[in-house]
Amino acid sequence: MRRLAGLLALAAVPTAVLAVFFLLPVTGMLQRGFWTDGSFDPGAVLEVLGRERTGRVIWFTLWTSATSTVVAVVLGLPAAYVLHRLAIPLRGAVRAALLVPFVLPTVVVGIAIRELVADSGPLGFLGLDGTPYAILIGLVFFNVAVVIRTVGTAWESLDRRPAEAAAALGASPVQVLTTVTLPALRPAIVSAAAVVFLFCATGFGVVLMLGGTRYASVETEIYLLTTGAITGSVEYQAAAALSLVQLAAVVVLLAVAARLRAVPDPTVRRALAVPARPRKQDVPALVATGLVLVAIAAPVVTLVVGSLRRDGAWTLVHYRALQGTGEDAGAAGMGGGLLRAPVTEALANSLRIAVDATWMSLLLGLLVAFVVTRRARGRAEASVRNVFDGLFMLPLGVSAVTLGFGFLITLDDPPIDLRSSPLLVPVAQALVALPLVVRVLVPVLQGIDDRQRQAAASLGAGPLRTLLTVDAPVLWRPLLAAAGFAFAVSLGEFGATSFIVRAEVPTLPVVIYRLIGSPGALNYGTAMAASVVLAGATALVILLVERLRVPGVGVI
Amino acid sequence: MRIRPLVALATLALLGSSCSLANEDDKSDDAAPGECGDVVLVTHDSFDLPKKLVAAFEKESGCSLTHSPAGDGGELTSKLTVTQGDPIGDVAFGVDNTFAGAALEAGVFAPYDADLPSGADQYLLEGDDEGVLTPVDNASVCVNVDTAWFADNDLEPPTTLDDLVDPAYRDLFVTPAATTSTPGLAFLLATIGEYDDDWVAYWEDLVANGAKVVKGWEDAYYVDFTFSGGDRPIVLSYDTSPAYTVAEGESSTAALLDTCFRQVEYAGVLEGAANPEGAERVIDFLLGPEVQAALPTSMYVFPVDADATLPPEWAQFAEQPAAPIEVPAADISEHRREWLMEWTDITSS
Repeated sequence: MRRLAGLLALAAVPTAVLAVFFLLPVTGMLQRGFWTDGSFDPGAVLEVLGRERTGRVIWFTLWTSATSTVVAVVLGLPAAYVLHRLAIPLRGAVRAALLVPFVLPTVVVGIAIRELVADSGPLGFLGLDGTPYAILIGLVFFNVAVVIRTVGTAWESLDRRPAEAAAALGASPVQVLTTVTLPALRPAIVSAAAVVFLFCATGFGVVLMLGGTRYASVETEIYLLTTGAITGSVEYQAAAALSLVQLAAVVVLLAVAARLRAVPDPTVRRALAVPARPRKQDVPALVATGLVLVAIAAPVVTLVVGSLRRDGAWTLVHYRALQGTGEDAGAAGMGGGLLRAPVTEALANSLRIAVDATWMSLLLGLLVAFVVTRRARGRAEASVRNVFDGLFMLPLGVSAVTLGFGFLITLDDPPIDLRSSPLLVPVAQALVALPLVVRVLVPVLQGIDDRQRQAAASLGAGPLRTLLTVDAPVLWRPLLAAAGFAFAVSLGEFGATSFIVRAEVPTLPVVIYRLIGSPGALNYGTAMAASVVLAGATALVILLVERLRVPGVGVI
Repeated sequence: MRIRPLVALATLALLGSSCSLANEDDKSDDAAPGECGDVVLVTHDSFDLPKKLVAAFEKESGCSLTHSPAGDGGELTSKLTVTQGDPIGDVAFGVDNTFAGAALEAGVFAPYDADLPSGADQYLLEGDDEGVLTPVDNASVCVNVDTAWFADNDLEPPTTLDDLVDPAYRDLFVTPAATTSTPGLAFLLATIGEYDDDWVAYWEDLVANGAKVVKGWEDAYYVDFTFSGGDRPIVLSYDTSPAYTVAEGESSTAALLDTCFRQVEYAGVLEGAANPEGAERVIDFLLGPEVQAALPTSMYVFPVDADATLPPEWAQFAEQPAAPIEVPAADISEHRREWLMEWTDITSS
């Protein structure tokens, strides 16, 4: 009983935070959709679901996500093999480089892909600009890393004896692959595919920047509806309807994925295969990996080159423009610039906000991870724990846009009037990063043998001492890694932030989106330069994290 | 498991570099008695006034004016609607007669009975019974053509809305979107006023004839229009725009006066404003003779003050339509959503 009370006490803080900053905004938004003038009126929401445009949006989301997932898996598998099973030169560096796209801010990826497929870009001859294929490229670019990571981690620890036995019995390499290796990897592949599908279906910045109102996914449609871009007024009903569709779909997807990968967690206590020297039969995989690397480098290189060129010559003018406030095509008098603050100030804001968002998500994530990994004694405790576990994965299922819009409309009345508080943006970003943090920490805590704690306790250590001597030494590295991810997520967060950011304290992604949406070559160039800076900052953080990485702690 | 001091240090440095919570200056909204204090003026992105006038106003009134652009006209209205009651500023400028209905319905504005300059009362919004919106400027949205381009290409420029669906003008027209920009919506209303229920068919033809829809007026005029170096010689702009393209006593563009819809832009005190007195002073400032006279050169719009002097080239090149196309304000309020939804369907499929 005292344990249960302790558990609940530990759970109280994050639950309260979640209630105020997550459940309240989301229900606030849904409420505005379902209740008109104080009476329950779900008719309007149902009507939205029957609209032709809604059907088109849902279908677009499904087919782009499914296609991108398949392409990402096909491209990712050979690279997972090469980077996690073969001893190739610069393996660590290549692995780290491939992780970068996943954490790149979505506005950066949007601008990079746009630059790549624009009529004047390297892929201009394909005429992809303004087509859904540009969006597909963006989604795949983002998510190949997830496949490589997740599948590679499993592949690394795959027992190689069955494959060797099959080979000894006369199976060809292809037979070994299809009858032994792939079946063994199936849980990891399915799990990766599910996550990729989820990320594609809820992807925001890339789809918004490349698709506009023409090719909208559920997530961008919610944004367009709540900013009045579809009907000129704020469409609460339609936005609520789509948020519900998305929430339901994500919950189903997470449940299915959890079921499909109900296998022993491959990340705990595993034997790592020694990387093998590449052989002749590995050539196709090596070539495929090389191509993936080129494909991932292409948008990044295009972006960097684009930021350094103007009127056909090399220049730093776009980087110098970062100290300015953009170029306002019409206005030259009052204020003059397009932005409220120089771009460099927006970068400083972003960094400062990311620091706050990081500690908040770490604090919450740690509490959650502790609660969910405590060994349950008795049914009551177990069910409390399960509810809690599910509760904190919810932010994964609710779109960042819904969250941001909910913040905007619910957190502006006393007693919780935070709309003009500098804490609002970091809190929202911390919530967006929270599932990621929890996913990093939980496997680690689960991996600690409870008997160690018991031993410590029986030797006379108090709970705090046990924590410090047993948990802390194992935890600090993953904690730093989680901090890095949270920091990167926060730096690039755009969906929720775009709603609640204060005009005078803009973040860098918001500024980039603003610049890119305004006419003028200088604005576009400045947006590219700002994107390079933002990408650089994010990549730096991730490379540091990568160096910390405990082998096999399969993040993402 | 050896600690890598370098990594740890770098991480710490990164985290420490920009610590932490609220270390920005906390600006206070409270004004000393008798002073005006901070006033936040929310506008659309095209708002601009000479710095000198703003400085003179601040000096004279004691107000410290902060300008906060909130996106295109449509975005501005949406933002004001969503934050109704706890506004993002004290006073808003730039909601026009096409979007005003939405703002009025949502109760965004508080009443203010400003002293209107002579001739301005003809611009008051029909249906604004509480008197919350003050007209500041007006201009008619008209299709503009780059006459120089048409002369170079030996093509007769179009003159009517009908002409825009003529295959001779295929891929030559660019217009801002009706959902995101007020001139865009004004143009949609012009087509509705002209064609009635057949506007849907008209727009289908327009899209089929290669009309390009962009986000804002700036994108259309400054990016796609041939005068600004783009590749489309027909653009949705204003009756005042030809005065902007004057060189050596001649304008190289012309407004098609049979395609116009009159837009009036309003200012209003926001409901729940932190500084309503300051907000009212800003509205008076916008109606004052200096600002009214500066409107043509700063924002390319006509003042509502009949006595304000216009720049000389305006008399010659900014010809106003004698009979702009009209749609009753009540119809706009009632059908705006429905029209826009249909319009989005036509233009985005």
